[in-house]
Amino acid sequence: MKVLLSWLREFAPIEGDPHELADHMSDLGMAVEETRVLDSLEGLVVARVGDLRPHPKADRIQLVDVETGDGERLQVCCGAFNMSVGDLIPFATIGTVMPDGMEISQRKMRGEMSNGMCCSAAELGLGSDQDGIMILPDDLETGVSLMEQLGLVGDVLWDLEINPNRPDAMSVAGVARDLAARLGVPFEIPEWTVASTGSEEGLARIEIADGDLCPRFTGRVITGVTVGTSPLWMQMRLTLLGMRPINSVVDVSNYVMLELGTPNHTYDLSLLANGHIGVRRAANGESITTLDDQERTLLADDGLIVNDGDEPIGIAGVMGGASTEISATTDSVLLELASWEPESIARTSQRLGLRSEASARFERGTDWRINAIAVQRFCHLLNEISPDGIEVVGAVLDVAGTTPDILSVPVRTSRISMLLGREFSSEEIRELLTPIGFGIEATDSEDVQLVTIPSFRPDTQTETDIAEEVARHFGYGKLGATVPRSPDAGHLSPQQKLRRVVRQVMTGAGLTEAMPNPFLAPDEIAKAGLATKEPVRLLNPLAVEESVLRPSLLPGLLAAVAYNYSHRNTGVKLFETGAVFEPSEDSSALPLENEHLAALLSNADAFAATALLKDLASALKLEFELTNADSLGGLHPTRGALISIGDTEVGSVGEVDPAVLGKYEIEHRCAWLDLRLDLVIEAAISVEGTAYQPVSTFPSSDVDLAFVVAEGVQASQIEMTLRNAAGEELQSLHLFDVFRSEQMDEGVRSLAFSLRLQAKDRTMTDDEVGAVRQRCIDAVESSHSATLRA
Amino acid sequence: MSVYDQIAEAQASAIGEIENTGDLDSLKAIEPVLFGKKSALSGLKRLMGDVDVEERADVGQALNEAQQTVREAHAAAKEKFELSSRKAQLESERLDLTESLQTNSRGHLHLVTQTMERLEDVFVGMGFTVSEGPQAETDWYNFEALNLPAAHPARSMFDTLYLDLGERTEIGDGEGGEATNILLRTHTSPVQVRVMESIAPPIYTVCPGRVFRRDTADASHMPVFHQIEGLVVDRGISLSDLAGTLNEFTAAYFGGAISSRLRPSYFPFTEPSAEFDITCVICEGDGCQTCQRTGWIELGGCGMVHPNVLANCGVDSEEWTGFAFGFGIDRLALMRYGIKDLRDMYTNDVRFLGQF
Repeated sequence: MKVLLSWLREFAPIEGDPHELADHMSDLGMAVEETRVLDSLEGLVVARVGDLRPHPKADRIQLVDVETGDGERLQVCCGAFNMSVGDLIPFATIGTVMPDGMEISQRKMRGEMSNGMCCSAAELGLGSDQDGIMILPDDLETGVSLMEQLGLVGDVLWDLEINPNRPDAMSVAGVARDLAARLGVPFEIPEWTVASTGSEEGLARIEIADGDLCPRFTGRVITGVTVGTSPLWMQMRLTLLGMRPINSVVDVSNYVMLELGTPNHTYDLSLLANGHIGVRRAANGESITTLDDQERTLLADDGLIVNDGDEPIGIAGVMGGASTEISATTDSVLLELASWEPESIARTSQRLGLRSEASARFERGTDWRINAIAVQRFCHLLNEISPDGIEVVGAVLDVAGTTPDILSVPVRTSRISMLLGREFSSEEIRELLTPIGFGIEATDSEDVQLVTIPSFRPDTQTETDIAEEVARHFGYGKLGATVPRSPDAGHLSPQQKLRRVVRQVMTGAGLTEAMPNPFLAPDEIAKAGLATKEPVRLLNPLAVEESVLRPSLLPGLLAAVAYNYSHRNTGVKLFETGAVFEPSEDSSALPLENEHLAALLSNADAFAATALLKDLASALKLEFELTNADSLGGLHPTRGALISIGDTEVGSVGEVDPAVLGKYEIEHRCAWLDLRLDLVIEAAISVEGTAYQPVSTFPSSDVDLAFVVAEGVQASQIEMTLRNAAGEELQSLHLFDVFRSEQMDEGVRSLAFSLRLQAKDRTMTDDEVGAVRQRCIDAVESSHSATLRA
Repeated sequence: MSVYDQIAEAQASAIGEIENTGDLDSLKAIEPVLFGKKSALSGLKRLMGDVDVEERADVGQALNEAQQTVREAHAAAKEKFELSSRKAQLESERLDLTESLQTNSRGHLHLVTQTMERLEDVFVGMGFTVSEGPQAETDWYNFEALNLPAAHPARSMFDTLYLDLGERTEIGDGEGGEATNILLRTHTSPVQVRVMESIAPPIYTVCPGRVFRRDTADASHMPVFHQIEGLVVDRGISLSDLAGTLNEFTAAYFGGAISSRLRPSYFPFTEPSAEFDITCVICEGDGCQTCQRTGWIELGGCGMVHPNVLANCGVDSEEWTGFAFGFGIDRLALMRYGIKDLRDMYTNDVRFLGQF
């Protein structure tokens, strides 16, 4: 919403520095996005188009001779073609500094001299119209400052951001009311009077069938209308506030809307059979041709304006119909000033894609009590600007639907003080609320006042809403700044702490955290070699490339590694922690959303990933068990294993399938680790706080055992057997050598383990150590197809 | 030859042997000759029995002195050889430390994670816990419970991505078991609702996390980004408490030169509502291009939790009041490092990620 100081001042004597006034408006919740003090734009004058000629060497520009009143003509090159000889236009002479800072200079364009610039409204900051040169009314004086003649010099234009809860501030008068209250100056809506003749009886009739849709419909019959051009001052105000002048009737309509926040509409009375207007809900599928000549199909929710024959002539609050549109020949009109149920307008305008200045106001809720005043203002203005005046016929037609109740809310001074954190007195509250239209009545209780909410503040309904009004006008910045303290110490949860540990393990191992897009194209799942289980799809994706929620972190990390490879960053090691999604089996539940940790190590084999898993195991004090498994989704068919903790499967490890890597154009092996982070962290929490084992002070003995083991028997199985057989004196056990040789039988390899034995309470004798050694050998040889290597 | 001469000769001979050695090994090799049972001095000791009783003490002393002299000469030689041997050893081990071939280096946390953890740490220091919730949410948690019923015009403030659940586009997890849409949360506020539903006040928590909007990616927007929201519900919580808490956070996170202020605003889930601005971190309030010469930059939204929201979460709004605030994490990360384009953070280029 833009407001102009001179216009505000028609409602309140507002004075002050433009930037200080802007600060006040921002502090009242009407954030000022721009403050512009209109200056004279020295050098900008009114000029008359004296001649138009084609440019000899260019099609897209023409030559214009302009007359600036001194009898001489200046040649200008101009890219616009909308003016005619004799038109008055804004002309920036050489040396003029335009609002955007550009200085006009003499220059040659394709061989022709240009001695200035013909300006569009947008170039002068006088509106958004940049399609052509601004054509000025005929009564201006050439060679004289345009801004002076427009009466704009020194005026201030503010661009305000109005929140959806402030329908009142969608009008010049509403902004003036708020600002006047802050400045402590009086605010008043003038009383506009207009003489009327005759009677409206038989000329027009309004009937509301669905009162909940239309709280109030006010109308007036006007005859003797001549559709002409509105005066320059009105055109300028409309232009500055962002509207394009059309004709006198439309301009008055828009002017009243901007001024009082009340959208309105005019019907050509001669096209309205019996002057009848009805309001009802549309029937499903009913259609209407709107002002923009579009055929619109309606739903039962939409509000409709109908004629005597119950045929649609307008979509309530959104757009009028073509059949009753006023034209150049219109001489009698029916003026509509109606209020509409906001949610219905919002639904309809959104569905039809018809958002307008009017619907924006109706959606927020307009003031149904100002309609009669706005009718008077409309008639008064149109009369004033019509050279021959108008005739206002009879009385105001005023039909009520279901008008909202006038709310009176008991407001506790103590509650306001508590909510705002400052002790207010009842009197202070009264003094803050009265100037912005709230009524205050004392009650039997000293603490409670009865606050009556004005009809232009439909957003305000409760004591808490009123607390905001008190705070707003008192000034948020003047309230205190206290810091409440939690009775408990702040902390991260065990899960959150361990997630950080996991990330540290990853970065410690040289991995960098990536954040790939969680949205995938549907074919990316198969591209990554993952099973074709139905993924979770978006209903309204921006693009098909982002239409599926990832079922795994693999596609995203592959894409990230591929991106790096395509930029010559080979050998990258990336990890990610994040949610993956799959549809829930349970129709009453959200999609399954599990947190995973995944690592993709390029130019590394599967053992790089198992080493990473060992780092994690060590940091989290967990034991992961691996079970080799062929053909895991996306993994190298013979280099993959499932990971479990106890009986719970928690992930997979291995290498990415070479075929998948090929599709991503990654020319190196890639190691892969994928864990259900939530399960891993839960397991880590369960072992936290395990009692420690005192370190034995007795000497330890090392036993090295090498077995020839059949391929297919996992090293981890041998290890498990050794662990069980060695018993409680086993202090540590690790595989230290794997050996394959042509000298050995086909299908076997040698696995060498080192065991350290140590008792807690004694030095183990050679016999004892020997016994453990033999137990281990026997166990391995009997449980697996393995023999001790001589 | 007198016994004293014999001692002197044996000593001289031993010293001579020592002087003839050239390194530790040859010195070690003559040790039996110097100190062994067959050494000359040991041989003389054995002759002590033949010495007159009166002379025995003098001879013994002479023998001891000779042995001491030999030991010292040996020790001196040993030290000399050890020193030169160590010198030779060390010289042979000389390294040019810049010849390093190993390229192992620590990885880097994503800038968003670093920022998120930094924020969490500040709030934990202020007595907050950290809460989390699902990214796929029901319409109820994302909108309705937050005082945003279906037809609320403010819903257009959020460009929402909905999930396609096939034949069932709704699930029965709304209020009173009514059907509701499933969507990707547009803010982390649904976590606040879940917290209020599950634990009784007092509540002091922040909810960081990933959020989604149906936005085309550009320099300052991503369809997937990150937010942190704060929620306090306690007895007597006021708008002044909100202002004070945000001041404290601002000073702790941005440093003492940066302060915050509140401006009235509108959000359906708070009343009163406010925008909160911080002193421009570039010019520290003097006015610059970044802050459009105002000295302030808008950081986020906040306000007192709307009584309807408290009621929806089963909290008695007469007994308890609260405030909530929220802002973007990605933007903070950009601000801290002067990154111009949000999309740079999500290319996953290690040349970018490795800088933080």
